[in-house]
Amino acid sequence: MDLILEILSIPLVQSILKIAFIILLFAMPLGTVLTLMERKWSAMIQDRVGPNRANVGNYTGNGLLHLAADGLKSIFKEDTIPQGANGFLYLIAPFFGLIAGVATFAIIPIAGPIGDFTFQVTDIEPGLLFIFAITSLSVYGAVLAGTSSNSKFALLGGTRASAQMISYEVFMGLALMGIFMVYGSTRVSDIVNGQNEYWFGNLIPMWGVFTQPLGFFLFFTALIAETKRAPFDAPEGESEIVAGYFLEYSGMRWSAFMLAEYVAVAGVAVLMTTLFFGGYHVPWLHLWESAPQWLVTLLQIGKFSIVTIFFCWLQIQLRWTLPKFRFDQTMSLGWKKLLPLSLANTALTAVVVLAFM
Amino acid sequence: MTIASGYLPILLMILLGMLLAGTFTVVGLYLGPRLRSKVKDTPFESGFVRDGTEGSRYDVKFYMTALVFLVFDVEIVFLYPWTVQVRELGWFGFTAAMLFIGVLVLGFVYDWKKGALEWE
Repeated sequence: MDLILEILSIPLVQSILKIAFIILLFAMPLGTVLTLMERKWSAMIQDRVGPNRANVGNYTGNGLLHLAADGLKSIFKEDTIPQGANGFLYLIAPFFGLIAGVATFAIIPIAGPIGDFTFQVTDIEPGLLFIFAITSLSVYGAVLAGTSSNSKFALLGGTRASAQMISYEVFMGLALMGIFMVYGSTRVSDIVNGQNEYWFGNLIPMWGVFTQPLGFFLFFTALIAETKRAPFDAPEGESEIVAGYFLEYSGMRWSAFMLAEYVAVAGVAVLMTTLFFGGYHVPWLHLWESAPQWLVTLLQIGKFSIVTIFFCWLQIQLRWTLPKFRFDQTMSLGWKKLLPLSLANTALTAVVVLAFM
Repeated sequence: MTIASGYLPILLMILLGMLLAGTFTVVGLYLGPRLRSKVKDTPFESGFVRDGTEGSRYDVKFYMTALVFLVFDVEIVFLYPWTVQVRELGWFGFTAAMLFIGVLVLGFVYDWKKGALEWE
């Protein structure tokens, strides 16, 4: 028993356990369930039933078994490589999306610290700058997949993806400057704890969405454009360039792209929760001073999960509600509207912070 | 927390991401069937016979976007230190940052007037 406790107190062992918990029990299951959630919700919006046939015995689980069926199916599908493709680049392209998706979760705290133990894999000083660095990696996935496939549609998708993603990366960084100013740090734990303070006594929590309402919309828009989902899905363009940059992929490598997309959706949701909706902090919980620690932690995990699932749902709802933008509309929305707006937001926030805080 | 202990878990996460993608690739390569044919190997082109002109030309707009991106990405890198220190630097820092942004906005207006942001 003592030996186990001693092993558990080694930081590296703790990190590995946390990584296993947050990736294998939170990010991956959420990403997988989102694939079914999207199909079910789109069916509901289009007045269909949605997937409901896969069954074991007579049990269908209301479509839940399609998760297993889809996985098994793509394992046993042929893995094709188009003629004239650049084999090595074609091979490594699916890696980037998954790496970027998984690494986003490294700095997200899902509950408050108990003593020295934090529910966060690592709390590095650059914090969100690391997120910017790692999300720009996923550009390489799309570009390499597009250029290495030796296919016209894939190349079109890849170039569109590169232009769109690098453009929206600029606004993503600019939109968060307000948050950095208000909370005075890029470290995630500082930002989350800064959101645990209140205005007017105990009336309104200082969540990012209240301190930075414009930044919230700008950042959310930029993140959706980064994940290349509707209404910014010109790089994939189902109705014109078939599937865009991963058109030539099949079988498990295609699944890797799809899983990366849904893990990215989950990543967007946890970022929005952490930066704009107080992270794990349950509002007004500090008023209940005699709350036991275990209950507080459970409530924090619960609140974090609920807001995260809400943002996943919101992205799916947006995809099936809004018509898609043409590519030129996407680009001019970004450069001509979002860029001036986010610069103005930065300047305005600086004035407010200097004058009143 | 030393630098190494803070960044080691991130390296582990990246390795985990590579492991996941690697498993996907290997599983797909070894468990799937391999039935090659000439037609199946040709890149998809909606059923047309391909004429082999893939990757020959890009629209120049993509290069323009990349150039504008470079300018603004470097701009925001310079602005991050100011944003986290905005209270300490006070109105002097604010004026300096606004001058910096102002110069870049001039460049941005020039880009806009020259039509570098147009996609028609």
